[in-house]
Amino acid sequence: MTLILLIMLLMGAGVVAWLAAQWNTAIPKWIALMGVSVAFLVSLNLWLQSNPAADGAWMIRSSWPWIPAFGISFSVALDGLSLLMLLLTFFLAIVSVLSSWSEIKYRSGFYYFNLLWVVAGITGVFVTMDMFLFYFFWEVMLIPMYFLIGIWGHENKRYAAFKFFIFTQASGLLMLLAIVTLYLIHGSQTENYTYNYFELIGTELSPRMSWLLMLGFLAAFVVKLPVVPFHTWLPDAHSQAPTAGSVILAGLLLKTGAYGIIRFVLPLFPESARDFAPLGMMLGVAGIIYGAFLAFAQTDLKRLVAYTSVSHMGFVMLGVFALNDLAMQGVVMQMITHGLSTGALFLLAGSLYERTHTRDIGQMGGFWTQAPFMGTIGLIFVLASLGLPGLGNFVAEFLTLIGAWDANRPMTVIATLGLVAATAYSLRIMQRVFLGDRTPTQDVADLNVREKFIFIPMVVLIVSLGMYPKPVFDVVKKSITDAANRDDGVPVKSEPMLLKGGTHE
Amino acid sequence: MNNLELINVLPGILLGTAAVLAMTSIAIKRNHKFTYVISALSLLGVFYYLLVYAVNNKITVEPLFVIDGLGIFNTGLIVASALAIIMISFPYFEQREERKEEYYILLILATLGSAMLLISKHFVSLFLGLEILSVSLYSMISYLRKRPRSDEAGIKYLILAAFSSAFLLFGMALVYASTGAMDFDGIGKSLQAIPGLPVTMMAGLGLMVVGVGFKLGIVPFHLWTSDVYEGAPAPVTAFIATVSKGGMVILLVRFFVMVNGYAYPGLMLIFALLAGASMFVGNFLALRQDNVKRVLAYSSIAHMGYVLVAFIAGGKLGTEAVCFYLVAYFATSLGAFGIIALLSDEDRDAELISDYRGLFWTRPLVAAAFTAMLLSLAGIPLTAGFVGKFYLIAAGLSVQMWTLVVVLAVNSVIGLYYYIKIIAVMFERPSDKGEPSLNPKLYWVNLVTLVLLSVLVVWLGVNPQGMIALIKSFL
Repeated sequence: MTLILLIMLLMGAGVVAWLAAQWNTAIPKWIALMGVSVAFLVSLNLWLQSNPAADGAWMIRSSWPWIPAFGISFSVALDGLSLLMLLLTFFLAIVSVLSSWSEIKYRSGFYYFNLLWVVAGITGVFVTMDMFLFYFFWEVMLIPMYFLIGIWGHENKRYAAFKFFIFTQASGLLMLLAIVTLYLIHGSQTENYTYNYFELIGTELSPRMSWLLMLGFLAAFVVKLPVVPFHTWLPDAHSQAPTAGSVILAGLLLKTGAYGIIRFVLPLFPESARDFAPLGMMLGVAGIIYGAFLAFAQTDLKRLVAYTSVSHMGFVMLGVFALNDLAMQGVVMQMITHGLSTGALFLLAGSLYERTHTRDIGQMGGFWTQAPFMGTIGLIFVLASLGLPGLGNFVAEFLTLIGAWDANRPMTVIATLGLVAATAYSLRIMQRVFLGDRTPTQDVADLNVREKFIFIPMVVLIVSLGMYPKPVFDVVKKSITDAANRDDGVPVKSEPMLLKGGTHE
Repeated sequence: MNNLELINVLPGILLGTAAVLAMTSIAIKRNHKFTYVISALSLLGVFYYLLVYAVNNKITVEPLFVIDGLGIFNTGLIVASALAIIMISFPYFEQREERKEEYYILLILATLGSAMLLISKHFVSLFLGLEILSVSLYSMISYLRKRPRSDEAGIKYLILAAFSSAFLLFGMALVYASTGAMDFDGIGKSLQAIPGLPVTMMAGLGLMVVGVGFKLGIVPFHLWTSDVYEGAPAPVTAFIATVSKGGMVILLVRFFVMVNGYAYPGLMLIFALLAGASMFVGNFLALRQDNVKRVLAYSSIAHMGYVLVAFIAGGKLGTEAVCFYLVAYFATSLGAFGIIALLSDEDRDAELISDYRGLFWTRPLVAAAFTAMLLSLAGIPLTAGFVGKFYLIAAGLSVQMWTLVVVLAVNSVIGLYYYIKIIAVMFERPSDKGEPSLNPKLYWVNLVTLVLLSVLVVWLGVNPQGMIALIKSFL
């Protein structure tokens, strides 16, 4: 019930924010802030109450009939993975609302409506255990995002919004076909026509059908993740979206792709996933290298950060298809830390844009002297992005690489080169924006109180995740063991769990 | 025909009476509002009759009609749609100078034709229904005589519809020559007695497909749609898109079930090709239009292609899917054309995409409703169109029609482009020229109808269980 209420709360707050704008355009942001803060507190409370040692994998499972004629139910559940994703979602939602505080002046009511509905859709995606409902939320998060980019975006917003929408829709429809086919196959086998994830999970599939259906699901997820060569929507969408839109895109929407693979592709089609694994890892590595190279070549700051996302998401793909616990832990960690670090970099780009009205790093330089605080924050997240030990991203990428080493050594070696490239593009941001010669025309004010209030918690989180990642692994342990090792009959080589989180010492 | 049978075709009789009543009232005194009220009340009466009586009385009126669940449900659907069209017609014609009253007679007669079409099980009733529908449409399309494009559209429709009727008649004659029967049952029986399809039968069915295809506006019989949609007054366009096509779709389903057409893969292949071609051609032609009515015309071609997918799938699920899709598509189309009618003023219809620029900021509620309609046409969740499309996909996949279903999915994506193009225009910042180019007057009947349709579209998208159960109970 809590989960449904969470979604309702966000949707309701969105509607109220929209309506309230009729009377006073300053109210919507407060309503939005309250909505996401309450949601964050609720999810925090869920986390504190959870007891990873005692509970089963599922902390909450509830279901209400929705369209019984088709066996569709309003079925939601929460496990460690979902919980972590919810925490990340609401945290970044608060950040997004705060970052829009002064940026959005045009039609703010409708803006916050869309923002809250995106968050509601994402929440739905992370907790739904009914495949139809999953597709439903998958689409629900698209339309508000389309509006966010299309109305409040930068100069080329229409093109970017169209491209984003059509890419994700097209791939989503392939998933829908796969979902309906799975439903029909399961129904014809058991006479029980249902979209319930827990029941569909045991469907017997012929190898060919399993392979086809997996590709249908993967289509949606690899476009969202995105995996090279399905990434072309991402640089446009990320660079044209308003700051909060970029944060949500990079921090959350990309994670729904990763989540989808872990939650659905691996458990539903274990054997096909195993067959696909080498190819998946190869695509991941291609993404790591390709994204890094393109990031290095960008002059548009937001586009640069967008390509670093492509590179970082390559690690997710690599880790997921390494198919072992260690890599999976790394993937989950990567999902969280990438959300924080890339989110922060986009926020930084937004702050710089507000001050300089450009995203071209050629026109920036030497801002450190004027804005040392901003420079420090920038340095921390740039270092996080290149995977400096002590910060969260290092733990993620390191675990992923160790896990991948067992699965496929040549791939892992190439992926490691990606870390070198990451150093190059990350330091380039630092050099071109904050160091170097000072351009005399520009006057850059340092971060104001609101911005500090946004960045400092993110710094605290990224550092503490780097120093002490154990809580994350505790929460997520059961879910990923399920996902990585679901295999019928074949004995599984299970890696010892890394619990101390001190591998890099 | 005894009394009991007479009572059962009462919807038809009532509709006929309503037309006569409207005509008499015009003869006594011309009064737009009065004629409008009479027409609306008669349609309400028919709907009420269907609701309380017909639902419990399923009967066959030999040899012409079969009043079964499918017929009753869809009669209700088209009567309700006609009612909605009357609601949006009144404000539309009130702002125009032509004589308005006769429009309602034509509209009721056309509805009668469509209602006859979908309960007929005999070539005679089929053809009579079709002609009542077509002849009324000829004059409805060119009702605003002073507009050149209206005339053009009317004449185009007249010539092409007459042509297609001729094809249909010739086809019927060949089928009769081949089987010696004009009722669907009889045709089915004589076909079962022989293996395969005789050549005359094949030719006859082929010619009938031309007639049916024309009415549905599917490729390659679609050439009239865009011009007629554009030239006809907005409420009439709504009528063509919904009532006129719905009757034919149901007739097609009934005909194929009764003559057991599903047993002939060759026939189904023809329909599969038509469906595929309609989806692709309709969507591709819609991509580059800058006239909203033409966009909707081409999109309707594609949508008829979608419906054919469920029709080809056949079976119980297929018929359910057809019915649900019709409900969703009717509500959505009526809403969309209702909004076009609402925004039109006495000079011209609000049909240019540029008329919608910044609509979201000048008329937020209308724009929100139009957005909902367009998203529903595109098949996005939270709207009726999504559940409808989902139903179609389920029906198609249940009989393993992979190719057609994939074509449907691909086309949904193509279609998405031009729907969101219109939405994007509505969300653009309005131009600073001040006065908008159109100055329609607002009437509450219009607004209430549109609010109801929007609520229906969203409600069917969020909670379709009620409608699904209703359809299942009828079939």
